Amino acid sequence: MMDFIQTLGRNTRGSFTKLGRATFFLVQTITGIIEILPRPRLLLKQLYSVGVLSFLIISISGLFVGMVLGLQGFYILSDFGAEETLGVMVAASLVRELGPVVSALLFAGRAGSALTAEIGLMKATEQLSGMEMMAVDPIKRIISPRFLAGVISMPLLAALFSAIGIIGGQIVGSGLLGVDEGAYWSQMQAKIDFQDDIINGVIKSLVFGFVTSWIALFEGYDAIPTSEGVSRATTRTVVNSAFSILGLDFILTALMFGDD
Amino acid sequence: MQHSNTQDTLVGLFVAAGIAGLFFLALQVSNLSSFTEQKGYTITARFENSGGLKVKSPVSAAGVKIGQVSDISFDPKTYESVVKMRINAQYNSIPDDTTASIFTAGLLGEQYVSLEPGGSSEHLKQNSNIEITQSAIILEKAIGQFLFKSAEEKK
Repeated sequence: MMDFIQTLGRNTRGSFTKLGRATFFLVQTITGIIEILPRPRLLLKQLYSVGVLSFLIISISGLFVGMVLGLQGFYILSDFGAEETLGVMVAASLVRELGPVVSALLFAGRAGSALTAEIGLMKATEQLSGMEMMAVDPIKRIISPRFLAGVISMPLLAALFSAIGIIGGQIVGSGLLGVDEGAYWSQMQAKIDFQDDIINGVIKSLVFGFVTSWIALFEGYDAIPTSEGVSRATTRTVVNSAFSILGLDFILTALMFGDD
Repeated sequence: MQHSNTQDTLVGLFVAAGIAGLFFLALQVSNLSSFTEQKGYTITARFENSGGLKVKSPVSAAGVKIGQVSDISFDPKTYESVVKMRINAQYNSIPDDTTASIFTAGLLGEQYVSLEPGGSSEHLKQNSNIEITQSAIILEKAIGQFLFKSAEEKK
């Protein structure tokens, strides 16, 4: 019994300490961003590995998610004779929820895990301490550009995901199943609001990009510098990112789309 | 250097594609293109019951959208619904004895205001009032009346 209480206390204290370290880390990272702005090449390289390399998986998943929405939506809506509102259904579900959430989950799996593994390995091979020896701050040189790249890439990827998904829904809906193409677009334009839907979707994806990059970089930076430690940190990145994305999505949805 | 150049191009393409996606969402998917604040004038109509009419509901004449509802409020003195409508400036020759009715687009569609022009030579202007109005048809009321009537007939 005493053991149990001791473990509980140690774990609770451990997780609070970790949260404190993570917050401190975040503040350092954000202040570091100001210093890398005069050196855009650092950022460009990370935009490539975080954004461009996630492009393919995001666009292909977006296409298929949109096509599935078109198919399922058509089957359900045709029961009510409301196939014309297929465009609204596909666009609203993509722009409000699926676009930001699914692309953030894919982003955490594709780019977040890579970031954690990269930084964890840098730590394990003592590259980070090597930098400190040369009076280079590894947070500014390594972490900040990656963080900024993640925050910039995420809304772009989510917008692409939604746009490609809506086109995919149109391909299936009006190309295969015979929903009127004009109705698909005009109903969508009548019902989707720029402020309420598009802007809120972009805000969501910005938040997800921020949180996912933070978790991925911190887990890498905080990893136990062994091969096992790095592998655990990578797993934690994906699991924690998924939890935070889905939890935050609920909170953001409740805040944004509450009174309508 | 060569490698770095292609990388730059790819990053450029990626950012351009992302921004293009955002533009696509803004212009093609959402109502931003029709959202642009057009010049126009506001007219008011009082309805006994404005039903499910909402702000931003369309205002149409002869089936063509000529404006939208900008405000709906309740008048505590006359117990009427005061509906303000913004009409696009190009439609500036609507007679002032026009009738405003609230209709439903389709059986389950959204409600809209329909203007049926009268024959007056005076035109509606900023802050004009539409005198003749016809309230929304409340489906429950209509069904209730229908049932009541058919029950009476049976007697």
